Amino acid sequence: MKQFLIFVKKEWLHIWRDRRTLFILIWMPIVQIILYGFALTNEVKNSNIAIFDQSQDQASTTISKEIAASRYFNLVKNVHSDQDIGATFRQGKIRMAVVFPVNFRYDLLHSNHAQIQLIADASDPNTANTLTNYASSIINDYQQSLNQNEQLPYTIKTQVRMLYNPELKGAYSFVPGVMALVLMLVCTMMTSIAIVKEKEMGTMEVILVSPLKPFRIIIAKAVPYLFVSLLNIVSILLLSVYVLDVPIVGSIWLLMTESTLFTITSLSLGILISNSAKTQQTAMFIAMMSLFLPTLLFSGFMFPIENMPLPMQIISNVVPSKWFYIIIKDIMIKGLGFTSVWKETLILVGMTMTLLGISIYKFKIRLA
Amino acid sequence: MEKVITAKNLTKKFGSFIAVDNINFEVEKGEIFGFLGANGAGKTTAMRMLCGLLLPTSGQATVAGFDVYKQNEQIKKNIGYMSQKFSMYEDLTISENIRFYGGIYGLSNDRIKEKTAQLIKQLHLEGQEKTLVKALPLGWKQKLAFSIAIVHEPAIVFLDEPTGGVDPITRREFWGLIYEASARGITIFVTTHYMDEAEYCNRVSIMVDGRIDALDTPANLMKDYSADSMDEVFLHLARKAVRTGD
Repeated sequence: MKQFLIFVKKEWLHIWRDRRTLFILIWMPIVQIILYGFALTNEVKNSNIAIFDQSQDQASTTISKEIAASRYFNLVKNVHSDQDIGATFRQGKIRMAVVFPVNFRYDLLHSNHAQIQLIADASDPNTANTLTNYASSIINDYQQSLNQNEQLPYTIKTQVRMLYNPELKGAYSFVPGVMALVLMLVCTMMTSIAIVKEKEMGTMEVILVSPLKPFRIIIAKAVPYLFVSLLNIVSILLLSVYVLDVPIVGSIWLLMTESTLFTITSLSLGILISNSAKTQQTAMFIAMMSLFLPTLLFSGFMFPIENMPLPMQIISNVVPSKWFYIIIKDIMIKGLGFTSVWKETLILVGMTMTLLGISIYKFKIRLA
Repeated sequence: MEKVITAKNLTKKFGSFIAVDNINFEVEKGEIFGFLGANGAGKTTAMRMLCGLLLPTSGQATVAGFDVYKQNEQIKKNIGYMSQKFSMYEDLTISENIRFYGGIYGLSNDRIKEKTAQLIKQLHLEGQEKTLVKALPLGWKQKLAFSIAIVHEPAIVFLDEPTGGVDPITRREFWGLIYEASARGITIFVTTHYMDEAEYCNRVSIMVDGRIDALDTPANLMKDYSADSMDEVFLHLARKAVRTGD
């Protein structure tokens, strides 16, 4: 045990002395989460809007309130003329205006048809499109609540296409994906050079001549990186909750446990690579090629696995991040408990055991 | 005398290449045994078999009374090793290196502290305990690496060309350390191709093309080959080599 701790301490010193790498290891996940968080999302929050309510009736005020209360919109002005709308747009104060025609409720109740005009600043077409979609879905909700008690449906027509954006909650699905990607990259790349480095430096010979057991060497190599990775998990989760507003619906402890498990899987994979590679460059290259792309392709967070041809679907099963992505999505976003993710957990445990087993088996106690 | 290393018909083949060809020798306790040979003669391979880094193809060998095939673990506890490639951690300080190597051989904390103080004093490195090893000149590194290789007081220490690339003064100091260790009863098994160093050894063997062609005290060898120096002896033998250097 003491030998083991001394080895762990030595490994930690290697990491600690190499401040630049440590710095990258800690900041990379944070930067990536923030980058992906803001670049990969089409969610638009707190956009300034104006409302031109020519009807001022019960229906129009209810819809106005709903829109103003939504976290996507921020009502800055009630305008009172068409010219006023144009002017406010030109001043750059708003990105969208909602216009209710006169007799809005009257039309709705008597002819069962009413119209709302959504005017969006289309200089940024994506944002404009997203905003109108959000507003439409709010109006749609109102319409549905009216229709609940009625036989003859009321329809409110918005002048933009009434299409529900399935990516409305797009921001939620990428956080688990980025978590899988970042943990995989950090853990595997870090450890992939750990053993091969000693081979290159010539220190491995001395370690092999010493009474240290391969099992202890391998575990001791992974332990310090496990701590760095735990730090990464915590920073990713904090960013998700406080910066990206992605809530953790399920149990935080289950989430942490599963993340630790996945970290260990990734570390085992890194160790296996390091064990097999002859030089640090090879190790890094294998880690990049065999992990980055498959994780991106097969974890399911960028490209839906169900849409892939069958052979690729089968390949995706051996990618650990795929299972981790499912687990994290279930716990973090759907709020499910262990009973729903035990199968995926078991798969990860099995993968870890296999990888570690192969590493220990393959660890050469002799040079040739 | 007690025999700490024995090799009988020890052979190592890499495919069809016979790196070590039927070598026989014995090393006595406390002896400084020089293992000479040109580059590629098979010195390092032979030494690696004795350390347990390579499995022999055939023949027998015992180290510290343990069999190299079956009792690898016991051998490891009883030997120290200093490799050809520099073998300390460059990004660790002097005392951290001592601590690590002492620790993996199971030395107690008190013993490690005691040893650290002793080594620092012996190598005149006072005040440099916290210096990173990479900041040390090569000569100091070699001396430190040797001291660390015997930090656990092994029965035998294997040194694979320990003084490569070091200036003559430092080499002499290095040999001072070797004599000191030998006086404490540590058997020294050292490969070298500096012939002046060969004369410091109690006995030397000279390997040519994987075989041991001569084995005796330096004085006897010089007499046998009617040579004035080990250099001449070596040249006489090594000239017959068919293999060229590595």
